[in-house]
Amino acid sequence: MIEAPALSLAALAPLLCVFGAACVGVLVEAFAPRDVRHPVQVAIALVGTLGGLVTSLLLVGERQVTAGGALAVDGAAVFLQATIAGLGALSLLLFAERSLDPARSAFVAAAAVPAGSPRDRELMTAPRVQTEVYPLATFAIGGMMLFVAANDLLVMFVALEVLSLPLYLISGMARRRRLLSQEAAVKYFLLGAFASAFFLYGLALVYGATGSIRLSAIREASAGEAGGGVLLVLGLALLVVGLMFKASVAPFHAWTPDVYQGAPTPVTAFMAACTKVAAFGAILRLLYVAFGTSEWTWRPLVYGIAIVSMVVGAVLGLTQTDLKRMLAYSSIAHAGFLLTGVLGYGGGADGTGSGLGATMFYLLAYGLTTIGAFAVLTLVRDGDGEATHLSTWAGLGRRSPLTAAVMALFLLALAGIPLTSGFTGKFAVFRAAIDDGAWPLVLVALLASAVAAFFYLRVIVLMYFSEPAADGPTVGVPGLPTTLVLAVTVTATVVLGVVPGAVLDLAEQAAIFVG
Amino acid sequence: METVPADGLIAASWLLIALPLAGAAVLLLGGRRTDRWGHLLGTGTVVAAFVLGLLCTLQLGGRRVDVDLFTFVSTGSLDVQAGLLFDPLSAVFVLLITGVGALIHVYSIGYMAHDPRRRRFFAYLNLFVAAMLLLVLGDNFVALYVGWEGVGLASYLLIAFWHERPSAATAAKKAFIMNRVGDVGLALAIFLMFAQLGTVSYDGVFGAVGTLAGGTVTAIGLLLLLGACGKSGQFPLQAWLPDAMEGPTPVSALIHAATMVTAGVYLIARCAPIYDETPTARAVVLAVGAITLMIGAIAGCAQDDIKKVLAYSTVSQIGYMFLAVGLGPVGYVAGLAHLLTHGFFKAGLFLGAGSVMHAMGDSVDMRRFGGLASRMKVTFVTFGLGYLALIGFPFLSGFYTKDAIIEAAFDRGDGWGYLLGGVAILAAGLTAFYMTRLMLMTFFGRPRWEPGVHPHESPTVMTAPMVLLAVGSVLAGFLLVVAFPLESWLTPVFGEPEEAEHVVAPLVVSVLVTVVMALGVLTAWLFVGRREVPVTAPVRVSPVTRAARRALYADAVNESLFMRPGQWLTRALVFVDNRGVDGAVNGLAATLGGSSSRLGRTQTGFVRSYALSMLGGAVVVAGALLAVTAG
Repeated sequence: MIEAPALSLAALAPLLCVFGAACVGVLVEAFAPRDVRHPVQVAIALVGTLGGLVTSLLLVGERQVTAGGALAVDGAAVFLQATIAGLGALSLLLFAERSLDPARSAFVAAAAVPAGSPRDRELMTAPRVQTEVYPLATFAIGGMMLFVAANDLLVMFVALEVLSLPLYLISGMARRRRLLSQEAAVKYFLLGAFASAFFLYGLALVYGATGSIRLSAIREASAGEAGGGVLLVLGLALLVVGLMFKASVAPFHAWTPDVYQGAPTPVTAFMAACTKVAAFGAILRLLYVAFGTSEWTWRPLVYGIAIVSMVVGAVLGLTQTDLKRMLAYSSIAHAGFLLTGVLGYGGGADGTGSGLGATMFYLLAYGLTTIGAFAVLTLVRDGDGEATHLSTWAGLGRRSPLTAAVMALFLLALAGIPLTSGFTGKFAVFRAAIDDGAWPLVLVALLASAVAAFFYLRVIVLMYFSEPAADGPTVGVPGLPTTLVLAVTVTATVVLGVVPGAVLDLAEQAAIFVG
Repeated sequence: METVPADGLIAASWLLIALPLAGAAVLLLGGRRTDRWGHLLGTGTVVAAFVLGLLCTLQLGGRRVDVDLFTFVSTGSLDVQAGLLFDPLSAVFVLLITGVGALIHVYSIGYMAHDPRRRRFFAYLNLFVAAMLLLVLGDNFVALYVGWEGVGLASYLLIAFWHERPSAATAAKKAFIMNRVGDVGLALAIFLMFAQLGTVSYDGVFGAVGTLAGGTVTAIGLLLLLGACGKSGQFPLQAWLPDAMEGPTPVSALIHAATMVTAGVYLIARCAPIYDETPTARAVVLAVGAITLMIGAIAGCAQDDIKKVLAYSTVSQIGYMFLAVGLGPVGYVAGLAHLLTHGFFKAGLFLGAGSVMHAMGDSVDMRRFGGLASRMKVTFVTFGLGYLALIGFPFLSGFYTKDAIIEAAFDRGDGWGYLLGGVAILAAGLTAFYMTRLMLMTFFGRPRWEPGVHPHESPTVMTAPMVLLAVGSVLAGFLLVVAFPLESWLTPVFGEPEEAEHVVAPLVVSVLVTVVMALGVLTAWLFVGRREVPVTAPVRVSPVTRAARRALYADAVNESLFMRPGQWLTRALVFVDNRGVDGAVNGLAATLGGSSSRLGRTQTGFVRSYALSMLGGAVVVAGALLAVTAG
């Protein structure tokens, strides 16, 4: 007879909230009449994610391992769960925007209808909206929150799949440019499956080497003779590959530009912000908890990957002409900056370096800014949907000063200009890395930031110092959800840049791993 | 003396800065919608700040109050706090800035009534008041620096307020650049403090200054002095201040006479603990003060532009203040008392000059004035009282405060003391001369007005502030020296005053100064009052007059020593920039762009090649990890 493991329901409350909302959403999809489904689904998804946010905030200070040792509810897990739930709620608000697209939604009405068929053209302008995206996205959010709290590799793998599968689906649900969107979904799915296979293989090798999938047990085993041997090292390599794929770190980034461009923009915002947080949460936990004692094994590797990612992101971003692709390369470069923070581990037993707190702050700041930037992209439209080609943004500052100013703020934050959250985040991670002696890496990071600043500033120059094109795009008037998102993200970008003290402290205090 | 945490109204003293700042923000962002009531809002915020400042000062009662605002950055060892220090010294400045500031705002309502950009003018004035209050209220050098740059910006914007006049635009640029030279000194001083002591707060720096090497303290003192010279128009950076008179007259009164230009004196008084440690730097302060007060007084004697005379007079009077604070503990209070009385009478004189210009169709040429005493009675009386206060007529403001400085100079007791005292007395005579010349040429004699000019008294909104400032000019000296001694009010800042051993009896000094002053007045009467004033300046004059007219060739020296070499340097740099730096930058950009497009070709769009790149990456990762563990 197998005994049920001890479960602390209180510690699991954030996960239960979000997964509960997702399950209810599936039921609503099946039983509620079509005309009330949209508001009900939005309400359930928001209640679930905000419930997750609130319950995780109530858990601040909690340190325990629960669910038979499968989940670690500690400072870092709670901070990241709250971040994911909050960013997820903002993304869901973008999903729910109905006043921008003439067809009332960014999502296709019936995803199964072949693109370009007569039925598709008919549905294109029909006021029907599709509501499966809400439970799907809620499941993904739940998976991400599970991902950052997973205390053994198997749970981590399950969470990886729970968060990935819905993302593959909703990437392919754009209402316009459907073929591009479907192509992106297929690419994402194939490569994601490939990456999962790496992760799973790594898991098997690690299990083979240590006889356990529990992170703490791996730590003990790897601290033993010769660091655990070839199997363990190979396993670590493959696990890292699987996770870095999700975090869109170069050289595992190839999917990012295509998928960011093809996916519906609210989904891109969701992926760019939440997936990044979740993936880095898992990377941090894996490296700090399971391989914390063999730091010198992975340190040179992360060092090198950080440089590659920053350089690839910054250099490739230079020649992009599509704003969504540009932000994708920006996301790759930011992944490199985040890895700089990961290196500020300090080698202490429980993460005495400031790297963990700094990286978590960076994730929060970057997530908020990037959601805001994608939200602005949804506003600027022409007859064919969103106008994301760079040239169409010429002179936007003259035509729509407020939109241009908001976008300029986000771009400055992404470039890391002082008095924006981006500067505080970069400062924190670079400082953590320097404290740990990685100043050559920080030097490279600063140079990469300078190169990347070029393409952010180019957009600002284009918006303010170019003549508007005659048949340029129009700027839609956002409805309540998008307005709300923009208000929150603008405020956060400025506040975290001007008075970051409180949140920095919070991240610093939350920088605790148990297990 | 220990600081205490803020309580009561003082906890809200950040409002002093926030109110005018909000005013400036509303007026600048509100645009034309605020045109109709903008000037009232601008005046209101400063009046409110004055009332608040007064109430705070009444609550203060000789304490030093620290007002914690917020933590700007706090990570590891870097800890930047934003806070205010409200102590007797800053209280005195708060009252001066908001009090005189409020009067000048009221005056400007009338003076700028017909200017289409009046709202913008009030916005800049409010910005100035906010920055100046931050300068005197900050509890660390960084806050002081932010305020310092803020007043510099406001000063630049206001000098160039009529930027369609080339002379105004040039004057603004000159002021800005010469201030930059000083600001570099201040910035370097702050860097040096941070590098040596790891803190920029007043308490931290002053507490630890004794532990520094003598040379370092002297360097900090001299760099701070450079900053002070730039802002206060002291030798060798004095040349911008007279040109700054291109700005509207209320600006000259508020910024370039009463408040901003005295920021240098504030800086040196605030940094008294630093100068106490370095006699060398203090001696340089003395020398700067003495040289400047002579330069200003000599140049003032030969100017025909009414505002320029007053400007050189300001240069000279601030020289007195530098001389005083350079004397050390005996001089701080004397210098600050003179600063306050000077704030009253010089602001009053400028407002009077503005009133005259208003009447004379914006002319500033005193050779075309004359005989205005009967046409503009209020202006004449208020201006006359300011004049008497400035030249040190017995029992008016300047008499008390200037005498105190001269006494303090003699009290040094050595030969230098006599030299400095002698210079100060001589300059007092020159002051009497040039101010009497100004009075005679403007208000007395036969009218030499341009055709079509019909002088008239200014409206009440302008004369009322003039009257109040005139009352201040008459009483301030008596109040600050005799009735409510500034000395005891400032004791918490500078410590108990020592009972000075007088080398020369104060009565002798007073009599001597008064006699020299009377001689100056008499000379002016003999040279200017008895004769007809020619409408155009005579060309055949003595070399001394010629030198004085050109302000002792300060501009010529600047041009040949700094401007020409500077221009050559810029030309050389432009050459290097075009050929060298641009080449490198463009080459780098081309390289990056090229590699970007080459790298971009790997982004084929095919899943198979993406998967291959991932596989390659994974092989490299695994190989690298194995190499690390094996190696």
